[in-house]
Amino acid sequence: MSAIDINALNVWFGEGDDRNHAVKNVSLKIAKGESFGLVGESGSGKSTVLRTLVGLVDDWDGRMEVDGKVLGRKRDGAFYKTVQMVFQDPYASLHPRMTVDQVLSEVLKLHGFKDVNDRVNRLLEQVGLGGGFRFRYPHQLSGGQRQRVAIARALAPEPRILLLDEPTSALDVSVQAEILNLLTDLRAEFGLTYLMVSHDLGVIGHMCERIAVMQFGEIVEELDVENMRKLSATHAYTKHLLESSLGSVR
Amino acid sequence: MSHLLDVENLWVKFPTRNGVFDAVRGISFSLGRERLGIVGESGSGKSMTGRAVLQLIRKPGRVEADRMEMNGTDLLGASDKAMRKIRGRHISMIMQDPKYSLNPVMTVGQQIIEALRTHEKVSQAEARKRALEMLDAVAIRDPERVMGLYPHEVSGGMGQRIMIAMMLIPNPEILIADEPTSALDVSVQLQVLEIMDKLVKDRGMGLIFISHDLNLVSKFCDRVVIMYAGRIVEVCEASKLHEAKHPYTQGLLNSVPDLVHPRPRLEVLTRDPAWREAPSVSALL
Amino acid sequence: MTQPTAKPQETLGWRAWLTADVPASRAQARAAAWFNGWLRFRSNTLAMVGLIILLFIILCAVFAPLLATHDPFVQNLGNRLQPPGADGHIFGTDSLGRDIYSRLLFGARISIYIVLLVALVAPLLGLIVGTIAGYAGGWVDVTLMRFTDIFLAFPRLILALAFVAALGAGIENAVLAISLTAWPPYARIARAETLTIRNSDFIHAVRLQGAGPVRIITRHIWPLCISSLVIRVTLDMAGIILTAAGLGFLGLGAQPPSPEWGAMIAEGRKYILDYWWVATIPGLAIFSISLAFNLLGDGLRDVLDPKEAGR
Repeated sequence: MSAIDINALNVWFGEGDDRNHAVKNVSLKIAKGESFGLVGESGSGKSTVLRTLVGLVDDWDGRMEVDGKVLGRKRDGAFYKTVQMVFQDPYASLHPRMTVDQVLSEVLKLHGFKDVNDRVNRLLEQVGLGGGFRFRYPHQLSGGQRQRVAIARALAPEPRILLLDEPTSALDVSVQAEILNLLTDLRAEFGLTYLMVSHDLGVIGHMCERIAVMQFGEIVEELDVENMRKLSATHAYTKHLLESSLGSVR
Repeated sequence: MSHLLDVENLWVKFPTRNGVFDAVRGISFSLGRERLGIVGESGSGKSMTGRAVLQLIRKPGRVEADRMEMNGTDLLGASDKAMRKIRGRHISMIMQDPKYSLNPVMTVGQQIIEALRTHEKVSQAEARKRALEMLDAVAIRDPERVMGLYPHEVSGGMGQRIMIAMMLIPNPEILIADEPTSALDVSVQLQVLEIMDKLVKDRGMGLIFISHDLNLVSKFCDRVVIMYAGRIVEVCEASKLHEAKHPYTQGLLNSVPDLVHPRPRLEVLTRDPAWREAPSVSALL
Repeated sequence: MTQPTAKPQETLGWRAWLTADVPASRAQARAAAWFNGWLRFRSNTLAMVGLIILLFIILCAVFAPLLATHDPFVQNLGNRLQPPGADGHIFGTDSLGRDIYSRLLFGARISIYIVLLVALVAPLLGLIVGTIAGYAGGWVDVTLMRFTDIFLAFPRLILALAFVAALGAGIENAVLAISLTAWPPYARIARAETLTIRNSDFIHAVRLQGAGPVRIITRHIWPLCISSLVIRVTLDMAGIILTAAGLGFLGLGAQPPSPEWGAMIAEGRKYILDYWWVATIPGLAIFSISLAFNLLGDGLRDVLDPKEAGR
């Protein structure tokens, strides 16, 4: 049984004449404990796949399964205990008027945990923030610290699958390294399954075992990371992507 | 002997409620007919440096320096009016996101023609001809059509090429590019940079290339200045960047995940408080 | 919620406690946020002037019985229309020989009462309607906003007049009428704010934790809308007081002999050429409270504007 099984997913945005076919016939299978990367440029529909999976987009058809359960139109509490998401921009994903403590406590209460106080402290420790950060507001935190809080929030319900939407693209490289290491450690510790979206092949290559390349809403190629390193892609667009990111990396 | 640009002991200060915040702390550099890269993380003062040269620091921010000269002309004491002449005509700047730097209610053509005609007395027809040539030079196919488009009708990569065309058409001596490709997709990044690079080389301009991306800078520059906490920690030749001595530079280089040479863990930069206090390295020629 | 980590910092003084970089408890974090806002507010001189005027008026209203030199309702026809300063009447007397100064003090109570009630009812109504419309979208949005438009289509005073005429004259009805006419702009503001907040990642994030719409609206959207509403309300206060005064002036607000400022102007109108103070002094009172609210609103905008909050 796969952790995530997406079959012939189509997603649309807008209505009437403006209805835009954002994701076309996408199929993905991600095994339990695997780390899968979705690569593409802006507008390729890679983030849309994630957002549709968690129920933030309504206009879709196809078949999506998580842990063997078919997803309907509405997601229930049990789903959100299994799947959580980390957003791209840590400056936009935290409520500006809520302290770290409020953010985490609320999430824990929503999921019905009783020992909220202990859990908040434990979560902060897990993401490498001390108790000193507990009562700070987002504007008192740096970008990397905010992203750690966002990761703590995603970890709060003890999910098994984490969807990562460009989790480091808004951060400096040195901070990116810290966050990527944290994500690597967390995956090892909790046996998480990652579905990661990024435009940065270096990051994807570091984090993921298998990748799918998206262009104009379609998956053009799926390959494992070894073949990616050997640059043995078959599709012209993948080759182009690999070459241009090599150009900027080396 | 003066270079295209000489800056000595530049400070950019912002008064806040908790005292004065120094964004740039006494840096010195000069720019010859070369491509100078300024690299640093957010908050290192790299963008402020670029803005300070053009006197674009907003109040209540202050720019202080012992010397800031362009080709021997003083920029520090220049009046607002004189600075307006210098901006565009002698020094141009390309910002990160073309979406915010192009006027949304004017066509691309109008904006390029206006950029030219504010600095040179040319007829409308002549200006139009040169605008078309310029768009052609930035590898825009069918420039006639693009001239009539509004900024929201062009893609990010094309928008940035239009910005480059607009900034280079008055033939400035210095181009300051502040993260010119960060908002673009990787596959267009290189193309845009190559166009910029070629134009700068062909026209013998000086380029200040501000970026957070060490590898990109090492590829497109001759000399690299690494900034940390408002100071220059290291200056080196771009081709020898990978032999950089300073632990900060090394740390930055090592923290980038590499597609071809995987590592189980990325190196994490431990910041030494001493870096902050070490005197700024001079990047004067 | 006990905090074992909270080392008592009182020794450093309350100021250090409030400005601490690392708040050790929920209460401290909240207090520090308020204190920061207060510091920003205090640096705005005009807003402080507004606040001081307002505090002065509130104190006058609270201690009216102690400060008043005369009974505001006792008429003395032999002593009517005395100029300011005459015979112990600081601001003179009106056409029925009542002491204007004392009436002004008691009138402040009525004005503040009206302001408080309207300030509670109208924005709350607007907030509820606007956020629901903005968050729900679709036909709920269309229905609620067209309903709002209907109210917006009438001039405020005329609509209030119609309500008062229907409900009967009196302060409570005047307040109700003003509230009913004042909420639509708040609904519009709240909806506009909600539309921008609704699609932000932090709202998506709580949705992904299984939070329902009621919780999202009240816990996550309201706190962000309230600041712009508070600003708008303080700026509107002047208008509300003027509307209340206008209703009083037309005889539809507070009923005689109650010393409502608008009604006082209405009474003085007949004598304005020969006895200027009868109408002018309550006019000045209305002017100063309106001005105070406007200045305060400007200051609050600087403090509460979410764009500023991020520094």
